[in-house]
Amino acid sequence: MKILVCISHVPDTTSKINFTENDTKFDTNGVQFVINPNDEFGLTRAMWFKEKQAANVTVINVGGPETEPTLRKALAIGADAAIRVNTEAKDGFQVAKEIANVVKDGGYDLVIAGRESIDYNGGMVPGMIAALTNANFVTNCISLDVDGTSATAMREIDGGKETVSTSLPLVIGGQKGLVEESDLRIPNMRGIMMARQKPLSVVEPTNAAAETSSVKFEKPAPKGAVTLVDADNIDELINLLHNEAKVI
Amino acid sequence: MSVLVYTESEQGKFKKTAFEAASYAKAVADQMGTTVTAVTINANDTSELGNYGVDKVLNINNGDLNTFNANSYASSIEQAAKQEGSDVVIVSSSADSKYLAPILAIGLDAGFASNVVEAPSSTAPFTIKRTAFTNKAFNMTTIDTAVKVIGVSKNAFGLVESNGSATSEDFSPAIPAAGVAVESIDRATDKVTIADAEIVVSAGRGLKGPENWGMIEELADVLGAATACSKPVSDLGWRPHGEHVGQTGKPVASNLYIAIGISGAIQHLAGINASKVKVVINTDPEAPFFKAADYGIVGDAFEVVPTLIEKLKAFKAQNA
Repeated sequence: MKILVCISHVPDTTSKINFTENDTKFDTNGVQFVINPNDEFGLTRAMWFKEKQAANVTVINVGGPETEPTLRKALAIGADAAIRVNTEAKDGFQVAKEIANVVKDGGYDLVIAGRESIDYNGGMVPGMIAALTNANFVTNCISLDVDGTSATAMREIDGGKETVSTSLPLVIGGQKGLVEESDLRIPNMRGIMMARQKPLSVVEPTNAAAETSSVKFEKPAPKGAVTLVDADNIDELINLLHNEAKVI
Repeated sequence: MSVLVYTESEQGKFKKTAFEAASYAKAVADQMGTTVTAVTINANDTSELGNYGVDKVLNINNGDLNTFNANSYASSIEQAAKQEGSDVVIVSSSADSKYLAPILAIGLDAGFASNVVEAPSSTAPFTIKRTAFTNKAFNMTTIDTAVKVIGVSKNAFGLVESNGSATSEDFSPAIPAAGVAVESIDRATDKVTIADAEIVVSAGRGLKGPENWGMIEELADVLGAATACSKPVSDLGWRPHGEHVGQTGKPVASNLYIAIGISGAIQHLAGINASKVKVVINTDPEAPFFKAADYGIVGDAFEVVPTLIEKLKAFKAQNA
């Protein structure tokens, strides 16, 4: 089984979110970039398929050279090879289209992406890859097993979960549950050394056009200070929620 | 031509998010000087849609669509959009609508923007405001294609009632092969879901153990709220994973979010800060949640929550 894991290169959750160039660009100054958490759950599940079912795992990112350390980290975790599509990621469609082209050329059976990235939160890349490659698609996926060309998956739905059966080729929008937090792997020294020897191929884009354009960013209005209510005065809290906030 | 909105139903009944999507569609239609067509799948009574600005309803009734399937649903909506010649298609942010929207966008060769919080600031160029960086910023985005798909955030644009009425006709799209078959659904039917809840009561490690969740469930009962929990609590197995809210869990955009014994790690706050009003109850006055909350009580949950339940019962009895 050939697996392609999509790795989004995102600012760490604790990063300060600021913008430059008249609020048109994200300010990367002092920002640490990481593997998108939803992608990391998928990558770790892919490692399980590699170890138990002899799957071959390639990771992919659409972005400039600055994203390579994130791909190297994925290699250090255990992926066999990495691909970087050498173009700036402009919108979800353009990224999906570039990845879909790699999927078609490479004959991947299973594509695992995160349900959404934690920077733009579009939640559209995995579904678009599936539609562009005519693959089956399960998102918000919290468990995945593959037997031959058949797959069984669970997805989170509003208020519960659903078990589905499907077949390869398949695209997954993964999240926590695919593996648990405690299953995530921190690259060890041997993994980091080996990652340096693994192939990271840079492919040129097909110049898929973006369909949306970012005009500018805004930060939410600063929040007012908290209104503290004395623990002995619960009536006051109920009064505030009823008469001031009007939520009960 | 007309703006198309997919008004999602469950067991034949519309969800609140469907009315919100319809309200949004009406706002877009007014800006473009056109009408709103809603497409429904196995909904019982579509007359309510007129109250939210829908002019015409395309009813799809098909037993093959009794369980949700992203491909078949996306294809049905795509066929409706093509029949209506719609340039703008609106969907909600429910789990199912988020699932089908990217497939629909590809089918329509449409640019897609999700998590949209306001009516377009302009329709030429078509400019919308969406959340980014997990609610820590907004991004003004133009959709540059002829056909556009918009995913509307929950509880952001809100409901806008109008006193119209909608005509209704049957629509029978061709249903493609499903590809993904539902084997079983495990859904708690007697509980309010986090996705649909107006109020969410959430608790963290400050509760010390799963045996102490009785008061959290009782508080949620009194408020008609959904229960949720922080990540450590779900990692420890105190509560089911489906209750975990935060960046890697479920997003919350309720009217009221009550956090009990949750310190407010940045990952937690990222997932819940789309909620309108936040209340925190915590023994530690330095807990970061106090900076993110609107109302706070510094106190012991084991004393505060039982009192709150008692007082809320009295309040509810009085205001019933």
